[in-house]
Amino acid sequence: MSVTTLPDDPQLRERFTELKPPLTPQAATIEANRCLYCFDAPCTVACPTHIDVPGFIKRIASGNLRGSAMRILDANILGGSCSRACPVDILCEGACVMHKQGRHPIRIGQLQRHAIDAFHDAGGDVQTAPRGSRHVRVACIGAGPASLACAAESCRQGAMATVVERRALPGGLNTYGVAEYKLRASESLREIEMIRRMGVEFRFGAGIETAEDLKELESEFDFIFLGLGLGAMQQLNIPGEESEGVMNALELIAGYKTGRIRELAGTVVVVGAGNTAIDAANAARRLGAETVYLLYRRGERDIPAFESEYEHSKVEGVQFLWHRQPMGIRADAHGVLLLDTVQVREVNNELVPVPDSKFTIACHLVVPAIGQSPITDLMRDFCRIEVHDGQIVTNRATGQTGNPRYFAGGDCINGGREVVDAVADGKRSALAMLKIAEAMYA
Amino acid sequence: MPDIRVRGFAGRINSPNPFWLASAPPTNCGEQIMRAFDAGWGGAVWKTIGEPVTNVSSRYSATDWNGMRIMGFNNIELISDRTVETNLREMAEVKKRYPHHAVIASLMVASTREAWHEIVARAEDAGADGLELNFGCPHGMSERGMGSAVGQVPEYAEMITAWVKEKARTPVLVKLTPNITDIRAVARAAKRGGADGLAAINTINSITGVDLDTLVPRPNVDGKTSHGGYCGPAVKPIALNMVQQVIADPESALPLSGIGGIETWRDAAEFMLLGCGTVQVCTAVMHYGYRIVEDMAEGLESWMRSKKFDRIEDFRGLSLNRVTDWKHLNLNYKIVARIVESKCIGCDLCHIACWDGAHQCIHLDRVTGPVNGHVELHPTPAQNEGQSRESITVTPVTRKERATASATHGPYMTAIERIPRVDETECVGCNLCSLVCPVDQCITMVRVDSGVPSETWEERTRGASCAPEPQRS
Repeated sequence: MSVTTLPDDPQLRERFTELKPPLTPQAATIEANRCLYCFDAPCTVACPTHIDVPGFIKRIASGNLRGSAMRILDANILGGSCSRACPVDILCEGACVMHKQGRHPIRIGQLQRHAIDAFHDAGGDVQTAPRGSRHVRVACIGAGPASLACAAESCRQGAMATVVERRALPGGLNTYGVAEYKLRASESLREIEMIRRMGVEFRFGAGIETAEDLKELESEFDFIFLGLGLGAMQQLNIPGEESEGVMNALELIAGYKTGRIRELAGTVVVVGAGNTAIDAANAARRLGAETVYLLYRRGERDIPAFESEYEHSKVEGVQFLWHRQPMGIRADAHGVLLLDTVQVREVNNELVPVPDSKFTIACHLVVPAIGQSPITDLMRDFCRIEVHDGQIVTNRATGQTGNPRYFAGGDCINGGREVVDAVADGKRSALAMLKIAEAMYA
Repeated sequence: MPDIRVRGFAGRINSPNPFWLASAPPTNCGEQIMRAFDAGWGGAVWKTIGEPVTNVSSRYSATDWNGMRIMGFNNIELISDRTVETNLREMAEVKKRYPHHAVIASLMVASTREAWHEIVARAEDAGADGLELNFGCPHGMSERGMGSAVGQVPEYAEMITAWVKEKARTPVLVKLTPNITDIRAVARAAKRGGADGLAAINTINSITGVDLDTLVPRPNVDGKTSHGGYCGPAVKPIALNMVQQVIADPESALPLSGIGGIETWRDAAEFMLLGCGTVQVCTAVMHYGYRIVEDMAEGLESWMRSKKFDRIEDFRGLSLNRVTDWKHLNLNYKIVARIVESKCIGCDLCHIACWDGAHQCIHLDRVTGPVNGHVELHPTPAQNEGQSRESITVTPVTRKERATASATHGPYMTAIERIPRVDETECVGCNLCSLVCPVDQCITMVRVDSGVPSETWEERTRGASCAPEPQRS
């Protein structure tokens, strides 16, 4: 059984044309040849999964594309989605020494994509040790990047891994949450299909909700990896939030990526200014909304989104309303939403409303995007796992929690970082589990 | 304005500048040569004239390097495939229209006195300013007893040169093949035969590569190839060496037209500093067209002005006495590498190059504490790299984390732990690090006083039992 795929949607494809189109083979070769082949390269150090960047780039230059892809996948099994979704300007490309010569950094992300795309196009498979050659059974809860990386690394080394996922499709945010102009859901699924062929088993629609569910897993598996991600998006906690026409950013993104939301119109207000808020605002523009406001309670210099994302959203036509907070949502007689807002300013680290600054925005959709809440209660209560500030506490080098059979990685331990961070966590955990198992076996 | 005109080269050849087109496809016909003169070329050596040949297709192939086209170029094309009459009629036309440009007839005929006498007379009647005897063509023609078949046998070269000189009224240049153990042997023979000048080098025997799909070496002629003549930027160092060898030898020294990988005025100036009076260009024109001569002339003039040279003769050969035998080099001259920290971009190529390719004296120990001495005292490249691979890196998602990640590194743009350090007590001054460093003037080689007077190998071993016989300097 192959991983379920989504039907191709030409309208979606057209509206979300790729931000960075693929390099042509010749452009890739020329770009690859620019690489200095640094020793102990800063790009490799900057990559959370420590991909041997100069190593894979030299292989592109020499025409050894399969070797290049293998070099990438060795370090990062989700090298394909990372090549598209990573904020490379603050990771590998940000670390490129070319900056110091006033030159454009090597287009590492696009080169990585070039190699991985060629690998997939050739129907490439990752070599694994024989399944079961290590008598270790690993369960990964959640089918997001952290779990996928943990399961894939386990299988690569000959262990048996099963991914347990409550949703219908695997990939977590890779499938449901990354802006379509960066990473298409179908591309995420193609990558996961490769992981399935490595021997990873998937159980879909299998939520782990109760202590009994966990007990069952414990009896079946030696180690349990928690790749839970984060929980539901936080509420605005204002009156009228339950109105029809209020939809949080992740719902909106997952909705359009899976074909449930095909078109928007009128005015959309996104509340929040993180990367997800920006993704949602851009998506609203591309789905047809004439006016998209991004409402943020602080100023331009405080926004948590990456600079490149902010700059991009301006190009998409998103308009920004700074120092403004939502107060309540009403609907008029025609069903148009009325979002009451107020100007705020910072006094002693607290935001206080500015008198007489109320302003109502008539709109068709309000999109809260003020972060996700943690979902780790079950783990804390039943697995003797320490949770701090909603994040599972682990040994950073091994991913091991206070309960030696439990490991964790990704957003549930870091509060929400990038795909590549989750992959690094998953891989480290898999290697640590196997090391422990080997020691026990010996 | 410096004067770059050529006056009386090899006795009587004049041209408005020293940049000539070599005998090759760019000088195939009169129409091309006139366009070349219009573009600014000072002279042209006509594509070799002789009994017309039949060529094959394909004829050329190239060696690309790191994504750049034509580092080296090779051809299996023969001499002119046009009749002698056509070539000479067009030559007369060119001379009539461009009387002040140098038109040299490159000649190759069967190795008989009569054949050579006849072609010399006809070329001179057409108005050639000089003759270039093609004793160099390494492919095809050599199989028929011509080209490098002559150029590789000093006696033949001397004999044919002498035949030509019996008849010629214009200067006679002999074009030398590099496909010989010592190029001076044929150069001396040409001089004995009475040649007025030399042209060097012709192309080098080569196979540029093998197609890894078809397994057929390049260029592919219906599934087979033949060794072809190699030229282009890749051969310049070989050509410079041979030019120096010929000119530095009193028995072979003659006015020399330099050939081999010349693409810019810099290349041309280097050939002239080693004694060439004119230079000939082919590959660069085949790559970019005649227009490249504009920069060659401007650049040479501008360099001459900066160096205060008024005429080519002011600097021709100035670097010749800077080439000597190894035994005359100062063994006590000591230089070491110095890294300018403020320029270092942290690629650490010098570190790995020194460890793997040189003398293990560039280390990454500025933070851990500099240690001087032998290799065992230092972390190996693998240990340095291993440490990085073990490190845990996370994406800097908050503004604060990003600010920390992009922080500057004190006075330097590179973190101090990534700026390599040279252990000068172990550095042998080999230059390798400065050659691999991608930043200009970041690694400089600095002279250190060895405290010992100059001494050469010859001086050191003089009188010793194993000393080699003193040789003519």
